[in-house]
Amino acid sequence: MKKVFSYPESLKKTKFSYCPGCGHGISQRLVAEVIDEFKIREKTIGIAPVGCAVFAYNYWNFDVTEAAHGRPPAVATAIKRVLPDRIVFTYQGDGDLASIGAAEILHAANRGENITVIFVNNAIYGMTGGQMAPTTLLGQKTWTTPWGRKAELSGYPMKISEALGQLDGVHYIERVAVNNPENVLKAKKAIKKAFKNQIANKGFSLVEVLSMCPVGWAVTSVEALQWIEEKLIPVYPLGVIKDKSKST
Amino acid sequence: MEKKILIRGNEAIGEGAIQSGCRAYFGYPITPQNELTAYMAKRMFEVKGVFIQAESEIAAINMVFGASLTGVRTMTSSSSPGISLKQEGISYMAACQLPGVIVNIQRGGPGLGNIAGSQGDYFQATRGGGHGDYRTIVLAPYSAQEMFDLTCLSFQLADKYRNPVMLLSDGIVGQMIEPMRQNWDTNDKNIEWKVRGEDWILNGCKGREPRMVRSLLMEEGELEKLNWELNRKYKKMEEQEVRVDLWNIEDAEIIIVAYGIAARIGKTVIQRARRQGLKVGMIRPITLWPFPIQVIKDIAQKVKSFLVIEMSLGQMVEDVRLAIEGKRRVHFCGRPGGSVLEVDEILDKLREISNLK
Amino acid sequence: MVKIRIDRERCKGCEFCVIVCPKKIITMDKQLNSAGYYPAIKIKDKEKDCIACGKCYQMCPEVAIEIWKE
Repeated sequence: MKKVFSYPESLKKTKFSYCPGCGHGISQRLVAEVIDEFKIREKTIGIAPVGCAVFAYNYWNFDVTEAAHGRPPAVATAIKRVLPDRIVFTYQGDGDLASIGAAEILHAANRGENITVIFVNNAIYGMTGGQMAPTTLLGQKTWTTPWGRKAELSGYPMKISEALGQLDGVHYIERVAVNNPENVLKAKKAIKKAFKNQIANKGFSLVEVLSMCPVGWAVTSVEALQWIEEKLIPVYPLGVIKDKSKST
Repeated sequence: MEKKILIRGNEAIGEGAIQSGCRAYFGYPITPQNELTAYMAKRMFEVKGVFIQAESEIAAINMVFGASLTGVRTMTSSSSPGISLKQEGISYMAACQLPGVIVNIQRGGPGLGNIAGSQGDYFQATRGGGHGDYRTIVLAPYSAQEMFDLTCLSFQLADKYRNPVMLLSDGIVGQMIEPMRQNWDTNDKNIEWKVRGEDWILNGCKGREPRMVRSLLMEEGELEKLNWELNRKYKKMEEQEVRVDLWNIEDAEIIIVAYGIAARIGKTVIQRARRQGLKVGMIRPITLWPFPIQVIKDIAQKVKSFLVIEMSLGQMVEDVRLAIEGKRRVHFCGRPGGSVLEVDEILDKLREISNLK
Repeated sequence: MVKIRIDRERCKGCEFCVIVCPKKIITMDKQLNSAGYYPAIKIKDKEKDCIACGKCYQMCPEVAIEIWKE
């Protein structure tokens, strides 16, 4: 018999420490599969953020460094500039990328750094117990918005991928979700493209992954899949936000 | 005769870095260190190194973090307010045991302060500066020549200990133009030349097990273990890396303790004081951390009192007092806010001290 | 012929595989695993209905499912 769906080589056998139904496991598996498929495991350096995904270095079976909160794009910039023939990517949550690291992602994108960014958006700070993120929806109850996020107090859900798409340095941005098998396959295709762009020296590529946080949203795992469909996607529509290879 | 060139202090640091094999520099504009960033922009291009003008000091130090973990020699520079921003990255580098050189061309503070040379960042530099239990080696040059020499030494020490090293200078030494020997004396016996550790860098796991660089250590006792390991390293630095310049010590009754630009002023003071019959000598710490505690202790046995001069409200003076443990009087003369100490005001202080019982 | 293997010790009982399986061959166990979750298990005699579509594999956040095909 032939194995048709198997554990990727680029993932260690360590069990994930994520909560049941969390989307991080799916996204990290997709990254591992793409790295396996391009056979770049031995030349890849990953950068883990601060937040739930900080433990990514325990899961990925290639060189991984941690970075200070929000700084993965700065760390990635330096690694890629020093070692341009290696594959360098960051894996960041919405707090890391869109809040504390907004300056770093904006300028790495604007410089057109030839790196890949996997941006996991679950509209909440998971690791610290469920506070409001820049991507938290209006009305969404979190630990720090106990009556729901109000625009007049906390502003609006931040569409940072669209904002980054305005920059000339950016080659490719797509928003995907991992809430059903079809979307997972599309997410993998986008992640694959983002790595392929780097291999072809095309420049800055980012994939935003809308991802489940059942515990942070106070719903069941299965309800979280629906929550993405009904709540998140209407605010953060899926699809290609920018693709220079298509516009030229 | 050995050839010398005229060079600005800030640029001497840049040349020292290039000659030490630094091939990745990350900076952000701030006065009075801008000549260094500009020098690196030009020289890094010539030696095919990496130069990036980062979006902030925070980004710059995190780029140093990233470059360092690939095994390249790397540096960033700034001045006081920018160094405060870099503390995050310095703490992470200390935790991850990543080498790197951080240059602080001090200016007046607190806050935005002014752009005049000052010495108000001694506490920040010598106490680690960022969060957590850690130390950085701190070197304090006082001439263009030492800007060059001590930069070279900084890279050596950073590699030797896999630890961040801070070069703590100020706006005056940074801006001064002086003659400089161009080649660093690599025969310094105190330094082991060491090839960059191939056993810890991240460059892709070809032919080896994957590695990780991290400072989050959540397992029971894991972080304490790292802290003790770091502590052993810091103890070794304290034993091996103290550097100090002694001047007119033999017959001295009063000892001036000063570093950096204050020591330059101090030397003029001593020359004039001796003409007036005051027996004054100088201890000039070159390493501010590790601090020359034993040297000061030993000299304290033979002299009457100490005068610490600093371009601050008094920071190093606390370390001198700690070293002397109350056995001699330690006086202080200083000016904060980027104002320059006058030779006459120090002489007045010396006369006052020598008249004390 | 298709074979599917669910690692009951990795499973955290999110039930994603149960709801995405088009052939309804997976259910939740009534026995806890060592981590204290009720893991997903194959329904007895249903494995023969599996078409190796991989939907359960794609949705499993724990990468606890592997599939073989003749």
